[in-house]
Amino acid sequence: MTSLRERILRRLHRSAEAQAWSLLAPGVLWLVLFFLIPLLIMFAYSLMPRGPYGGVVRGVTAEAYQRFFVPIYLTILTRTFLVSVACTVICLALGYPVAYVIARSGKWKNLLLFLVVLPFWTSFLVRTFAMIFLMRDTGFINTWLLRLGVIHEPLIMLYTPFAVMTGLVYGFLPFMILPIYASLEKLDLSLLEAAEVLGAKPAARFWQVTFPLSLPGVVAGCLLVFIPALGSFLTSDLLGGAKELMIGNLIQNQFGGARNWPFGSAASFILMALVLAAVLIYLKVRDEAPAAVAAKKER
Amino acid sequence: MGRALPRWLVILVAGVYLFLHLPILVLMIFSFNASKFSVNWTGFSLEWYRQLLHRDDILHGVRMSLLVGLASTLLATLAGTLIALALARHRFRGRRAVEAFLYVPIVTPEIVVGISLLILFVLIRLPLGVTTITIAHVAFCISFVVVVVLARLEGMDRSLEEAALILGADEITTFFKVTVPQLWPGILSGALLAFTMSFDDFVITSFVAGPGSSTLPLVVYSMVRRNIEPTINAISTIILAGTTVLIYVADRYSREHAQ
Repeated sequence: MTSLRERILRRLHRSAEAQAWSLLAPGVLWLVLFFLIPLLIMFAYSLMPRGPYGGVVRGVTAEAYQRFFVPIYLTILTRTFLVSVACTVICLALGYPVAYVIARSGKWKNLLLFLVVLPFWTSFLVRTFAMIFLMRDTGFINTWLLRLGVIHEPLIMLYTPFAVMTGLVYGFLPFMILPIYASLEKLDLSLLEAAEVLGAKPAARFWQVTFPLSLPGVVAGCLLVFIPALGSFLTSDLLGGAKELMIGNLIQNQFGGARNWPFGSAASFILMALVLAAVLIYLKVRDEAPAAVAAKKER
Repeated sequence: MGRALPRWLVILVAGVYLFLHLPILVLMIFSFNASKFSVNWTGFSLEWYRQLLHRDDILHGVRMSLLVGLASTLLATLAGTLIALALARHRFRGRRAVEAFLYVPIVTPEIVVGISLLILFVLIRLPLGVTTITIAHVAFCISFVVVVVLARLEGMDRSLEEAALILGADEITTFFKVTVPQLWPGILSGALLAFTMSFDDFVITSFVAGPGSSTLPLVVYSMVRRNIEPTINAISTIILAGTTVLIYVADRYSREHAQ
């Protein structure tokens, strides 16, 4: 044992660089083998002709990408984008007030925060099922509205765009609330006192002090909602009833029933490109936002 | 800012909290309802929980999920913690590239991860099953473990480790006697995150699972697709209760250790 111990120690002392890479190796190797390489193979597949029973055959073609410019697929792409933007806007409108109240809630803060974190940890599938249980024709909402005489026949809620949007907002709202809360929490209250002393009204104090300073949280929250919304598949699958296809459903179909692996791979890469574009815009905005606020203050 | 919040704001926020929690609450309440077909309350019953015990597919799914969850948590936590240590404690070439690379799995849509792994497994002819599910889960958990453990490492006081080294302990002793005990809460929260993500995952697992290896989320999904029955409410309630207890215990633990 001693000799092994000494061998390890001798190695540790020889090179800091080797030490770092021996710590990195297992995890990074795993990610290269089972994350990076699969993506590269997928990219290759998106440029190959489709095989008759799934899979691909030898050759190079851009057919899969050209196919995207057919109106039906462009519609799916546009819908995915618009639905994700709408979901982000709704989450911001509902989430900002919640984050604001939590940051100002004093002794209730821990409880209110726990109630936002809890859904964040609970199974997405179970939460989607909860939506079905409420919204289907013989579900909780319809049964009670009928019984109370508010309506006389069931409202059709499930398998509509309304259901998909409600499910997405329900699923991703905590991702918006938490980063906004984090930046409101850090806000220096003396700035607000200064604004008040200088005669700013509550609305002016909010829009000219609080909101600009919480922008980093807002931008992070928008990214954290927008990205999973773009790639969402379960919500439109279970709540949209395969009518309002998103790009995630299109991809899934190509590897299930449609057996067009190149087209599915190409669709996956278009989705990845949208996500990376969102991340790059986020990084740019994040780096420029504080500068913009500072410039405004200087004025 | 001890000022009262405007009433409209309080009402709006209360409404959002209801929206976040009422659906789950209703779902749980009706898991104890005696009636099979209606959402009218016809009396308290544990019938649906009793039926779960006789559902072989569900029991098998629970076993699969626990097996995959524990194996992938162990591997991902180990690999992720080592990466976090390298990033926090060492200077090396290619560091920025490694950091950027680690963030990519976090933003990559699950469906893309699942499908690219399916393509790989089919290509190398690895039969789909527990092994492929575990490989996939470790791959998507590592980065999250790194983020959590790294956060803890960055807040840690290095002087204890330096003291141990100065007092003559070698690196190995220092690591196991000083670094690991200090880092333990961070490692545990990373492991907890990995376990819940693995246990809950549906999208990626649905692509890399083979016949006979359906995890609990896959079983629940096929039940939801077939027809809505109260046993789904019962199994959902058990899953939710399990997660809540786990999160609560972890929260208490990390608070005690933070003090």
